[in-house]
This record gives sequence, C-alpha cells and structure tokens, in this order.
Amino acid sequence: MSKKQIGRRFVQILIVLFGISFFTFALTYLSPGDPAEIMLTECGNLPTPELLEQTRHELGLDRPFLVQYGSWLKGVVTGDMGTSYSFKVPVVQKLTSSFWPTLQMSLLALVIMILLSVPMGIAAAVYQNKWPDYLVRGITFIGVSVPSFWLGLILLSIFGVQLRWVNVAGGSTDLKAMILPSVTLALAMSAKYTRQVRSAVLEELHQDYVTGARMRGITEKAILWKHVLPNVMLPLVTLLGLSLGSLLGGTAVVEIIYNWPGMGSMAVKAISCRDYPLVQGYVLWIAILYMCINLLVDLSYNFLDPRLKEAR
Amino acid sequence: MKKKLKFFGEHKQFTLFLILALAVVCVAIFAPWIAPKDPLEAVMLDSLKAPCAEYPCGTDKLGRDILSRVIFGTRTSMVMTLVLVAVIFVLGTTLGVLAGYFGGIVDEIIMRVADMMISFPGLVLAIAIAGMLGPNLTNAVIAISAVSWTKYARLSRSMVLKVKKSLYIEAAVVNGTKTGKILVRHVLPNMVTQMVVTAAADIGTMMLELASLSFLGFGATAPTPEWGLMLNEGRTYMAKAPWLMIYPGIAIVIVVIVFNMLGDSIRDVLDPRQE
Repeated sequence: MSKKQIGRRFVQILIVLFGISFFTFALTYLSPGDPAEIMLTECGNLPTPELLEQTRHELGLDRPFLVQYGSWLKGVVTGDMGTSYSFKVPVVQKLTSSFWPTLQMSLLALVIMILLSVPMGIAAAVYQNKWPDYLVRGITFIGVSVPSFWLGLILLSIFGVQLRWVNVAGGSTDLKAMILPSVTLALAMSAKYTRQVRSAVLEELHQDYVTGARMRGITEKAILWKHVLPNVMLPLVTLLGLSLGSLLGGTAVVEIIYNWPGMGSMAVKAISCRDYPLVQGYVLWIAILYMCINLLVDLSYNFLDPRLKEAR
Repeated sequence: MKKKLKFFGEHKQFTLFLILALAVVCVAIFAPWIAPKDPLEAVMLDSLKAPCAEYPCGTDKLGRDILSRVIFGTRTSMVMTLVLVAVIFVLGTTLGVLAGYFGGIVDEIIMRVADMMISFPGLVLAIAIAGMLGPNLTNAVIAISAVSWTKYARLSRSMVLKVKKSLYIEAAVVNGTKTGKILVRHVLPNMVTQMVVTAAADIGTMMLELASLSFLGFGATAPTPEWGLMLNEGRTYMAKAPWLMIYPGIAIVIVVIVFNMLGDSIRDVLDPRQE
C-alpha cells in the first residue's frame, strides 16, 4: 500500500465510524424504554414525575436528537464518551479496564486456532482425497455445526464440574482460568479457518509452477516448504484478518459462559440494562479495533509480498 | 416420473439429506402430535427429574418435559430461521438488483451502506440491535437481517452487472420492453440458481446465529421452547441436571448438520463447476 492508499483508507475508516456511531445512536434514541426511568428504578427510589424530568434534563435526554448526537460526538473526539448509567464511571475507564482481559483471551485463542488450523489445513490439502483429508473434512464439518455456546457449556461441565480443574464460578483472569475460554473460542473458529487454509493450499498446489517443479524432479517436500507455503501466506493472512470479526463477536458468548470479566460480557450486561452510553462506546470501540486490524493486515502485504516492495 | 426417480438415484447424497431435512420439517409441523407432553405445562412435583421412563429426557426446574420442549423447539427454530433466510434473500437480492441495474446514485447509496455493514463484525451489531429493540424473536430476526443482507446484495449486484452486458438485454431494451419486465423475465431467472444455492447453504449458519442470540437473552423469551434459551436456562443447573443442556444441544447440532449437508449437496447438484 502506498501512502496515498493509506490516506484514502483512513478517510474511509472515518466515514464508516461516523455511519456506525450515527446508526447506534439513532437506535438507542428510537428504542423503547426510558433510560432515566430505568436508572432511577435501579437506584431503588420510586421515580416521581419531577425527578424523572430532572434526571432527563441532567442526562440531556430532553434535547433534540441531532443536538444529543453532536454533543456526544464532540465528547468522543476529546476522549470523553460520557458516563455509564449502571456502573456510574466514565465509559472510557470501563472500556479500557475490560479490554485487557478480552485482548489476552482473544490472542491466546488466535494462537491456538492457528496452531490447530494451519497444520490440519495443509495436511488435508497435501493428502487430498486420502484419509487425512477425510478426517479433517469430517472434523471441520462437525465443527461448523456445533454452536460455540454449547461447546463452551460441555467443556465447562467436563473440566469444571466433573474434573474440577477450573473454577466454575469464574471471575479470575489468570492463565489457568483463561485456557478454557480461549480453547472454546479457538475451536469454534478453527473449523472455518481450516477449510479456508485447505482450499488456499489446494489452489496453490494446482498452479503451473508446481507441475513444473515436479517435472524438474524437485522433491514434494521442497516444493511444499520452499514454494507453496511462502506463496500461500498472503491469502492466509487475509483470511485471518477476516475471521477476527467473528472472534470479536464470539467473545461475547464465551465470556458470558465462563463469566470472564471482559468487553463481551460487559456489553451484554450493558445492553440488557439499557446503559446507552456504554453500548455506544462499545460499538464504536469494536469498530475502531476491527478496522485498524484490517488496515494492519493490508499493510502486512508490504512485508509478505516482495512484488509490492519492488513496485514502490 | 421415471426421469425424476433417476435424478434422485444419481444424487444420492442430496436425496438422503433432503429426506432428513423433510423429516426435521415434519417434526416441526407435527410437533403437537409427536410430543408426549405439553411443552409449557409445569409439574412442580417433578422438578429437575433425571431421564426416566415417564420423562425420556428429564425435566427442567419447573417440571416441564425436556423431550417435548426439544420437539417444539424444532418448530420455533425452523419457522424463525426460514423467515430469516427469506427476509435476507428477498431484501438483499432486491437491493442488489436495483443497485446493479440502475447504477448511479442508487448503486452508490446501497453499496456504501453495504460496505459499512461489512466493515464491522456482524454479530456484535446484531446483539446491539436486538438488545436495543427489546428481546424477542421478531427483533432477533430483524437484527440478524439488518447485518446479513449485504452478502446477497453484493452477489446479486455482481451477477446483474454481468447479465446486463449481454446482447439479449440490449435487444429487449431496444424493443421497448418495460424495465420491470426485463428485470423479472430476463435478469432474475439468470441469477436465481446461484442465489438459491447461497441461501440454502446459509440456513444452518442462520439457525446458529438465532440460537446464539436467544442464548445471550436477546431472542426468544421465557416460556417459549427454543434451544438456545433452553441451554441458557439449563446453565444454572449444570452440575445438578446435565440433561438440561445435553438434549437441546444435540438437537441444534443434528439439525444444523442436516441443513449444512443439504446446502452443500444442493450446490453440488445445481452448480457442479465449483468443486
């Protein structure tokens, strides 16, 4: 990617962020339920009409929609996303404190997923239509059909309830507690990724240069390691970037099951109790993350693909 | 008739999974006759009973029969998933065809919105939408549709662009055929196969997404027999009553496998080039 392209991407990212935030804001504005009433009821006092009116005024809920959106946007630019209704702390603080547990768990899940998927996918492609291929295809087929929440519950009941290796209640964020959620997330995603690895390697194996190399008597091993795998890196990284989206979505389910104190479980709680500022902050934050990751993936082509380096 | 039978003989995999899928649909339709008990009837005396002769799959905390609830859950899942796939199919294809055929500002607006949706993890947005609209199955369908139509729009748009260039469309335009008729008679038939293949392959995925939303509490609401919701309710009794989470889970996996396999074999039958 040249500098001009990167600049264009940044503009595009800004437009998407603007659109997404406007959309979520409109959604919270239109959705049934009055945040002021919910907030007051949660505090334990019976809301009188005067108190409701006053709280609405304090929260700025009585202003026109565009004014509310404008002031929220102004706050976001200066790093202030408002205050969470239910936790009574700044949204930014809540997001950063729950971000690290999620990041740790996702990274471990990503590593496990790569360690599982890449060898399996390559083996299936190299031994196409032989038993390793059938085995891998069978496993991935079941894998895409098993819902991650059920897999999580089953793993938790085996390792938590039966074997008592981990604490079922969850809540801690040490490495031992991190293993099960990460494995669940990794297994849920690896089925799809393994299939993608398999078809990417297969496509590369059918290229003319592979036939040429075989005719020149180069060993299969050398063809695979020196020619096919370096070439297949590029599509694999692209696909990995794409699967990060499902990873970010999947964390919500897994975090709820294992009671992992991360962003996903926080978001589910925030949505359930209509904590609008927190939901808006979460959606915006995920959007920023996802798009930055994809930008990084595109930038990595500069290092992975020597042709691009020469072209610059 | 003989020709039809031959078709099924040639596509054994397709036939097998078609029969299995029809069986699932039959379970959904005839649920009231198949289920041994009323899925909503609570017998508090039989709360959390392990599988036995009277309750083959056990009971939940309110003493409701799990087997009957799983059977009725087929109904909930099938109906909602088919509605969901139909909505996405119609919405996405219509928008894609409009964008592709008319181009210009229509194309620009539709595709930019689609780009925006694609550059964002779908499930996260679906959770937010479903939660904000209020938890019920209709809203879950709306939420997933809102984030999933883009795939169909992009696919149909690209196919319309291809078809649009062909001579017979030009001939139809020159002959003064009305635009609506061109779209229905000449454009749609050329792409419907590919779109149906995509939709059939999506049934399993959509079923899983609906169940995940219900599991998180943003889909089906309390007494409804729905697999995702049943798993969520059973979660609390994981140690005491494991059957609460075993049977609904098995039901999801089986039905999703059947529909995924059916989707794959429909693709093989209609579009042999791909594999």
